[in-house]
Amino acid sequence: MLTLSGVGKRYPTGDRALTDIELTLPKGQVMALIGPSGAGKSTLIRCVNRLVEPTQGSIRLEGTEITQLSGHKLRQARRSMGMIFQEYALIDRLTVMENVLSGQLGYVGFWRSFLRRYPQEAVVEAFRLLARVGLPHAIDKRADALSGGQRQRVGIARALLQSPKLLLVDEPTASLDPKTSRQIMRLIRELCAERDLAAIINIHDVTLAQQFADRIVGLRAGEIVFDGLPSELTSEILTTIYGEEDWDTTPEPMEDAVVDERDTKLRLASAVPEFAAGSVR
Amino acid sequence: MSERVDAQMQARQYAARKGQWRRLPLIHDPRLRWGIAIGAVIYLLLALASVDVNWARVAEGAGRAANFLGAFMQPDFVSRQNDIVAGLLESLTMTLTSTVLGVLLAIPVGLGAARNISPLPIYFVCRAIIAVSRTFQEIIIAILFVVMFGFGPLAGMITLAFATIGFMAKLLAEDIEDLDWRQVEAIRATGANWWQIMNHAVQPQVMPRLIGLSMYRLDINFRESAVIGIVGAGGIGATLNTSLSRYEYDTSAAILLIIIAIVLLCEYSSSHVRRWTQ
Repeated sequence: MLTLSGVGKRYPTGDRALTDIELTLPKGQVMALIGPSGAGKSTLIRCVNRLVEPTQGSIRLEGTEITQLSGHKLRQARRSMGMIFQEYALIDRLTVMENVLSGQLGYVGFWRSFLRRYPQEAVVEAFRLLARVGLPHAIDKRADALSGGQRQRVGIARALLQSPKLLLVDEPTASLDPKTSRQIMRLIRELCAERDLAAIINIHDVTLAQQFADRIVGLRAGEIVFDGLPSELTSEILTTIYGEEDWDTTPEPMEDAVVDERDTKLRLASAVPEFAAGSVR
Repeated sequence: MSERVDAQMQARQYAARKGQWRRLPLIHDPRLRWGIAIGAVIYLLLALASVDVNWARVAEGAGRAANFLGAFMQPDFVSRQNDIVAGLLESLTMTLTSTVLGVLLAIPVGLGAARNISPLPIYFVCRAIIAVSRTFQEIIIAILFVVMFGFGPLAGMITLAFATIGFMAKLLAEDIEDLDWRQVEAIRATGANWWQIMNHAVQPQVMPRLIGLSMYRLDINFRESAVIGIVGAGGIGATLNTSLSRYEYDTSAAILLIIIAIVLLCEYSSSHVRRWTQ
């Protein structure tokens, strides 16, 4: 359904963000995009809906070449791709309902949206979506009055009101607590299944990615270094994506506290020169 | 060099271990640091010493000031009441119309002058409009418009509207340049067109500041209307100028007190409005 071939992005500063990306996403597949900060994950999904202009390659969504579109055609293509953002990107001073209805902007004219006179079906659908994500009571609250998890639910409802074929999800859980993160991921997962939506989810949390995605793609320095099933993600592969680290043991939070006094002295003496040289792993 | 810095850093770390720590000074070299401070003080003293004060003239002027202030103790609102009311109404009309007109014209200029949402040629044109409007003080523009349109409030209104454009457009453009870009991206991603992006992503973010600035400009325009009246642009300023040239200080005092009262009123109401629009 979505095909990227030879996609590259070089910023005007000369930094290469993406190199020769080849990716095909079938209908209904939830794909997690993992990789270290600065690997080009955000750039990649922004190239798909042209919030960032790719500098080479082709991106096709159901047969439409997206890189060639402009003006009205580009806006039509954008409305078929719902986007969910890190830190929610809701319009703080608008109400929850206005935020959800802004998902209709690609379908209605300026004056309708200016006067907030959306078609009745759109309002019905917006309310249904808000009820689905569990916020029917919040329609008239201002978006900045909600908690993080609630805001992300509004963001999801906004994206779905576009009746998208594809969801582009940029770090949906980056500012949420672990429990809310899981709830949000589960919600996205369920909604994709209900509507047979494909999704690309950028995510830092590898465990969440493994748990909720059908497929995992690893990006390092703008290139795809892994593409496979969540179960195929081993420590070696994580090392190729993120670099050297002990992937199998979880650090004990109490470890440092139990080290006794003499040990601290020794450790400090050895740590100081290293610190002075400014070496940060 | 770097060895010395390393040694210093180590010394600071060992001192910190013993609980001795002070913030790093802004200027590292103590001689330079104290040199700059002492130099600044000496310059200030020399500059103050060079101000030439003619004490005889000050003493003479003090008597006149006492006269003037004395008149203020008995402000006369009554004997020129009709002139004052007419001037005041003219000023208020001028203030309101020029603010509304100026803000309406400033919005497109401000949008065009925001680097993040407008193309380069439009940006330069709009910045040029702002620069022209801000270069000349209101009095100079007022003299020009009085020559063009004759004495009276029309010249005053156009002057104030013109000055408002520069002020509002500049501050609006700066506010737009600081806006949260993610919200704009989110609206763009829905397939919205340019006007919809302005209405849904930009307007909600800048509206409180736009309203606050408009209130502030209303109060500036009222104060300015009192000043530009002196060069013939009508309003309460013309009334004030007439009373001063007739040595009717008691009437002048009344006019000034009214101006102060109105500015205070603007001040309170604008802070109230700002809180309400947040």
